[in-house]
Amino acid sequence: MEFIKFKDVDKTYKNGVNAVYDMNLSIKKGDFVFIIGASGSGKSTMIKMLYREERPSNGEIILGGINVAKVKNSKVYKLRRKIGIVFQDFKLLPKLTVYENVAFALEIYGLPTHEVRKKVLKALDLVGLKSKTKSYPSQLSGGEQQRVAIARAIVNSPKLLICDEPTGNLDPDTSWEVMQVIKKINDLGTTIVMATHDREMVDRMKKRVIYLEDGRLVKDYEKGTYVNESN
Amino acid sequence: MKAIRILVRNVRDGFKSVGRNLSLSIASISCITITLLIVAIALVVASNVENITKAFKEDFTIVAFIDNSIAKEQAAQIKTSIEGIGNVESVTLVDKKEVANEMKDTSDELASIIDSWSDEENPLYDTLQIKVKDSEKISKTAKDIKDIAGVVTVKYGQGIVEELLTVFKVIEKAMIVAMIALVLVTLFLIGNTIKITIFSRKREIEIMRLVGASNFSIKQPFVIEGFCLGALGSLIPIAVTLYGYTALYKHFNGHFFSPFVKLVPSEPFVYLVALILLALGVIVGMFGSYRAVRKYLKI
Repeated sequence: MEFIKFKDVDKTYKNGVNAVYDMNLSIKKGDFVFIIGASGSGKSTMIKMLYREERPSNGEIILGGINVAKVKNSKVYKLRRKIGIVFQDFKLLPKLTVYENVAFALEIYGLPTHEVRKKVLKALDLVGLKSKTKSYPSQLSGGEQQRVAIARAIVNSPKLLICDEPTGNLDPDTSWEVMQVIKKINDLGTTIVMATHDREMVDRMKKRVIYLEDGRLVKDYEKGTYVNESN
Repeated sequence: MKAIRILVRNVRDGFKSVGRNLSLSIASISCITITLLIVAIALVVASNVENITKAFKEDFTIVAFIDNSIAKEQAAQIKTSIEGIGNVESVTLVDKKEVANEMKDTSDELASIIDSWSDEENPLYDTLQIKVKDSEKISKTAKDIKDIAGVVTVKYGQGIVEELLTVFKVIEKAMIVAMIALVLVTLFLIGNTIKITIFSRKREIEIMRLVGASNFSIKQPFVIEGFCLGALGSLIPIAVTLYGYTALYKHFNGHFFSPFVKLVPSEPFVYLVALILLALGVIVGMFGSYRAVRKYLKI
């Protein structure tokens, strides 16, 4: 079942930089997709268009039946509530505890406190951090911080988890741990779209790989590896 | 129910943020405190200056002298017709015997001369002392009184009164301009400090947007925080006004050096000033926050 569809998508930034050309792509529900490519190949732009931080200049991006390109600025929050996003720099609030950081994403919906608590603990359990609820981000390792960010992204049970170089700041072992957590989330049915530079990781995961070069989609492997494109 | 829960959480977060960002909160609060203190002093000075000029104006009196040849009943009639003039507040008739008595009090020489007069010989005039409602129109009123048959002379301190009125007008205008300028400076200063407080939390706003907070629910805690900062910042200026002015008023016994310079009574004046300060702090705090957050929201 088609979940995400890019149809003739172009993106030209206001300063005239062309970031994405003529992109056509379709992702099924429950897929795990890597987006790879050199810096400036358009990975980040593609991901930003998916969560409507940027709008495509032309074309359509359909996400779960909604044309993301047409979502108004004032309604973007409704889209964001249906997706989870994880970043390279975690984007945790340093003055909130682990629990508060995750609860934050639910409290803005006005969920009752006992439900917030139930969901937060479930999400933290899933990423293996149930024992750290009262810690502050600065007291955690990089891998743990990223797991908190993942817990926050999935606490609302989104259908899609977008990851923008989630392991970019982590050492290989920690990266692998974080990747296992993300894989577990994928196994529970969440679609994953991940931009990454991490060649080794992509090789080990054996998932679908989309390779971008200068803003164009040049290769798309069903069970591909990074090795394929580099040859 | 959902909306109430969100509101309660935002109020909680708004208050919490003041403590969490303590150093910047203190910076904002002290800025608000200092500007509001200046506003408080300006308000007190302006109100007292206004009070003094008003008291002066109320003291302006027109004195009309009545022709000695006319009968007492006619004098009463003149009094009634003066009372009929629109701008006249009150008229007091002082007959020439009283005038003579008043003059006797001023010096012994005069007293001995005046004592030599019999009642019929008294050359003085019966006089009418007239208070006006609007001192600006005093010369016109004086002219109207002069036109009444039987009135010989009219005096109201011609020249001096006009000059005083011009001076008062200038003072009043200067006060208004100064107050407006001061309030604008306050708005600007407080607004800017709060802006800095919020700019340092750009990241927080960014994350709120990413996890799906609506623009409204992002703004709400910040506006509440602005409310707290404004209210806390107005505490010291309010205390200074309440205790300081009351003490000052008591110390001077309600007069500033001379009994002619009356101070505004401390109650209810201080409460009014306190209310203005609180309102100014709170409104500027909320509005400043609102505008600063808006900058980081794509709307």
